[in-house]
Amino acid sequence: MAATIRIPTPLRKFTDGKSEVDVEGGTVREIFDDVENRHGGLKDKIFDDAGELRRFINVFVNGEDVRHAEGLDTPVKDGDELSVVPAIAGGLGSRSRQV
Amino acid sequence: MSTLPQEFLPLIADAPGLSLIGNTPLVPIVLPGLDKPGVEVYAKVEYFNPGGSIKDRPVLWMLLSAILDGRLTRERTVLDSSSGNAGIAYAMIGGALGYKVKLVVPENASEERKKRILAHGAQLDFTDAVEGYDEALREVRRQAEADPDKYFFCDQYSNESNWQAHYNMTAVEILEQTDRRVTHFVGGVGTGGTITGVGRRLKEELPEVEVTMILPDAFPGIEGLKPMETEDDIVPEIFDESVVDRKVQVNIEQAYDMCQALAREGFFVGQSSGGYLRGVQDVVERIDEGVVVTVLNDIGERYFSTSLWG
Repeated sequence: MAATIRIPTPLRKFTDGKSEVDVEGGTVREIFDDVENRHGGLKDKIFDDAGELRRFINVFVNGEDVRHAEGLDTPVKDGDELSVVPAIAGGLGSRSRQV
Repeated sequence: MSTLPQEFLPLIADAPGLSLIGNTPLVPIVLPGLDKPGVEVYAKVEYFNPGGSIKDRPVLWMLLSAILDGRLTRERTVLDSSSGNAGIAYAMIGGALGYKVKLVVPENASEERKKRILAHGAQLDFTDAVEGYDEALREVRRQAEADPDKYFFCDQYSNESNWQAHYNMTAVEILEQTDRRVTHFVGGVGTGGTITGVGRRLKEELPEVEVTMILPDAFPGIEGLKPMETEDDIVPEIFDESVVDRKVQVNIEQAYDMCQALAREGFFVGQSSGGYLRGVQDVVERIDEGVVVTVLNDIGERYFSTSLWG
């Protein structure tokens, strides 16, 4: 399945500055495996040593929190949009994003 | 007794609830890892402020200063960006003073904060969480520039009254409450207001005081604190880095562990306070004697909708 994943600003250093990446996979887990193949290093920031989502990071599929669905086994369909969002707000980003 | 200047007092005469801002208790913190003979650890309990956070102080000071010098008039709406605590303070204080308030917050600001801001009658605009806090900053500047007559853009990141609140209130209270025995201060940087104001005053009065700043990881970050790991990271305009003697890197898991430990001791606080206490731990490990002071920025209830409490 072809989907897109939106990358938060602090992690765009792993995606050559891209805010959105095209990815393939039938589940959230497969999507992140594909992301890792394309952009190494990203997965470590999002998953813990046990391979689960880090506590303070949320992943949404079309706006729905995967923790409220089937977690990393949440199915992904053609055209779905995933996003990675810190569970918290606050702080400023990098100068490259300055107004 | 309020540490507010005399000229501010008539402005809050019709909003007596605001006189509760400041004069927070300074209490000893006793935790495993912080107990060392010869070293005393204290925290200013800033969640005793009526808005539930330390942000009441700078927001009150910024708004009253702006009223006094005519920048904030009845016709204008108070406008700023916030990840939440300053937003609550703006909504509560601005509303009590009879001004309209509009805040731009990232959509991942905690639900508790959004609801509290709305409860005080302020207007909320949301920005895309994936774009981070920067997008809220961009959006608030767009709105302020588009209609400068309509808004008083308070801009807590560049407003000198922000750090002055801590210079004139928070630091003075710390000096009094420790009988001028304070030797170390630990804080962090969101806008830089606390560490700049407290650091400047303490060092003016007691030049030997050492200031430690905690630095959060860039991702996922610590609520309200800005990463400043690389040269590319924005340094807030009001932040005076010359007051900082040492920096301690703290990640969200360490802040979380400290929040859990504090909760078991009767202090129910948010992530940044946990981060500060991790910084205090670092200081305590390095010294043989001293009086270490930090601040508990806000209350833990504000984070039930996040993953702070499991």
